[in-house]
Amino acid sequence: MSARDLSAGSGQRFREARGEDWARLESMLDDIERGRASQLTSGELFELPVLYRATLSSLSVARETSLDADLVAYLESLSTRAYFILYGVHAPFWRRLMRFFAHDWPAAVREVWRETGVAVAMIVVGAVAAYLLVRSDPSWYYAFIGDDLAQGRDPSASYDTLHKSLYDTPDGLSVFASWLFAHNAWVAIRCFAFGFAFGVPTALMLVETGCMMGAFFAVFVPKGLGFQLAGWLAIHGTTELFAIALAGAAGLRIGMAIAFPGRQSRFASAVSAGRVSGMVMLGVGVMLAVAGTLEGIGRQVITNDWIRIAIGGGALILWLLYFYVVPLRAGTPRD
Amino acid sequence: MTERRHIPAAIKLRREFVTAEGIDLRLQLGSAGERAMAFVIDISIMVGAYLLAGAILGVVFKSSGEMTQQTLLIVWLLAGFALRNGYFIAFELGMRAATPGKRAMKLRVVARDGGRLTGEAVIARNLMRELEFFLPLTFLFSSWGESWLDVGSWFAALAVVLVFLLFPLFNKDRLRVGDLVAGTWVVHVPRRELGRSVGERATRPGAEPRYVFTDAQLAAYGEFELQKLEEVLRRQDDLSLIVVARAIRGRIGWTGPDTDDYGFLEAYYTALCERLERGMLFGKRRANKHQQG
Repeated sequence: MSARDLSAGSGQRFREARGEDWARLESMLDDIERGRASQLTSGELFELPVLYRATLSSLSVARETSLDADLVAYLESLSTRAYFILYGVHAPFWRRLMRFFAHDWPAAVREVWRETGVAVAMIVVGAVAAYLLVRSDPSWYYAFIGDDLAQGRDPSASYDTLHKSLYDTPDGLSVFASWLFAHNAWVAIRCFAFGFAFGVPTALMLVETGCMMGAFFAVFVPKGLGFQLAGWLAIHGTTELFAIALAGAAGLRIGMAIAFPGRQSRFASAVSAGRVSGMVMLGVGVMLAVAGTLEGIGRQVITNDWIRIAIGGGALILWLLYFYVVPLRAGTPRD
Repeated sequence: MTERRHIPAAIKLRREFVTAEGIDLRLQLGSAGERAMAFVIDISIMVGAYLLAGAILGVVFKSSGEMTQQTLLIVWLLAGFALRNGYFIAFELGMRAATPGKRAMKLRVVARDGGRLTGEAVIARNLMRELEFFLPLTFLFSSWGESWLDVGSWFAALAVVLVFLLFPLFNKDRLRVGDLVAGTWVVHVPRRELGRSVGERATRPGAEPRYVFTDAQLAAYGEFELQKLEEVLRRQDDLSLIVVARAIRGRIGWTGPDTDDYGFLEAYYTALCERLERGMLFGKRRANKHQQG
């Protein structure tokens, strides 16, 4: 080795000695990122972690012995990319989606069963209280139902008006359906989001939802339209109210986690509750889409009370079976 | 011109991130500007795709019956909701953990604890976006002028939207509320090409050394200056080459040939680099020219 070779920067020699490994790792990462991981041979796949560790070792050597900023930055970027590909991989989207319906969602719903019970109880309490109040004094009705929601369905309305409201198809079916969906989604998401305020607004919103229902019944039942109203509500209401109850349960879960964090820090407790609740909420979105379709289309097309009730009841039974009875298929461990 | 301000910002957003092998990858967090730009790109793509799909459906089913059209309208409206939520989740669950907007800005979503990015985390951070951004926005637009909402409440709602929107600016990790809940953060992961090493030409084997520096002349600078010199040599901008060469000649009292600025700087870089790297091997480091070697 001549004196000239020695004078070459160590960075230069280092590049020559190890550069081949880096280039191979880089081309493999390119393939994987472009979704061509399946084309790699098993030999190459076995080589990947080896090349990754070699690159990491190059990085730590370069940091200690080389002042070539470009080299260090390149190795940092290459190691980081390799790290996330090796340690950050997860199942493909479609398998993940299947897993969500087969396991994650029902499991999350089961986990909040206590909160769900409380939420349902709040809706029922609201409904019963409002029903009794409006029956004893009809002026209470206006405290629960605003003008824009009532649309003429108030205690002074005639039998014909009320009957018509149950079976007539409003104009613009589709817009109505999606409006309902957006409205319900908004209610559900508020139930969830305000869980952060210790769940108090969530509880109030659940009771309010119950009150609205109770008030409607108090108007329709005296006119002999109780059963018909039940059919009108049931076709979509079982799904929708269940969804709102679950959203409320998710909100209550977060509220309780913040109020009573137990052994965890308040923040960590909120985060872990947030994960479960997030999963529940994702499912609530699906349920509300179903409810919106049933309400917007099904209710307008089907006007027979018995069929309405059968669809609503059937939907409720299916949801209950799906959430609480059908065994979960855990499949692969969490990924 | 932004060079001076850029460096402190980059250091402020650098985070220690130790791999299982015990090496710190020194992650760079995405800046608020990059995040905002990525979001704008994503929104544009989604709105564009949505409107295009609507236009195509409109043309194809123009002459079909009212019932079909109504159904299509419902499907289209519901698809909007699905697109808004599915777009982010589907892309962030992918191999690169980034939406097209984030890819364009070289960003990627990463679990803060260094573990793998779980599906729950991706879902949680994107559902929170629904709460943080889309719903309040829909609410603000749809409720303006409605009788049941007075102006005061409307502005209160606006304030809530702004708090969520500006939240990343008020914490040092640039976390959205969604990131906070999901335990993620967004890092800047640029793809870099390995450039030619500077000074390669000056050290070509067999070439006669045109410049020889004394030890005292090499002791004039430290690592910081070396790296600045490397930048200048890579950029090969004539004006800076002249200015830098003149400054170095002045400082080290150079009396040799001074016609080839680039050749001179390259030779000086190589010699200085060699000297400093040799010092490093013996545990002697010199951060900059103000520190005694």
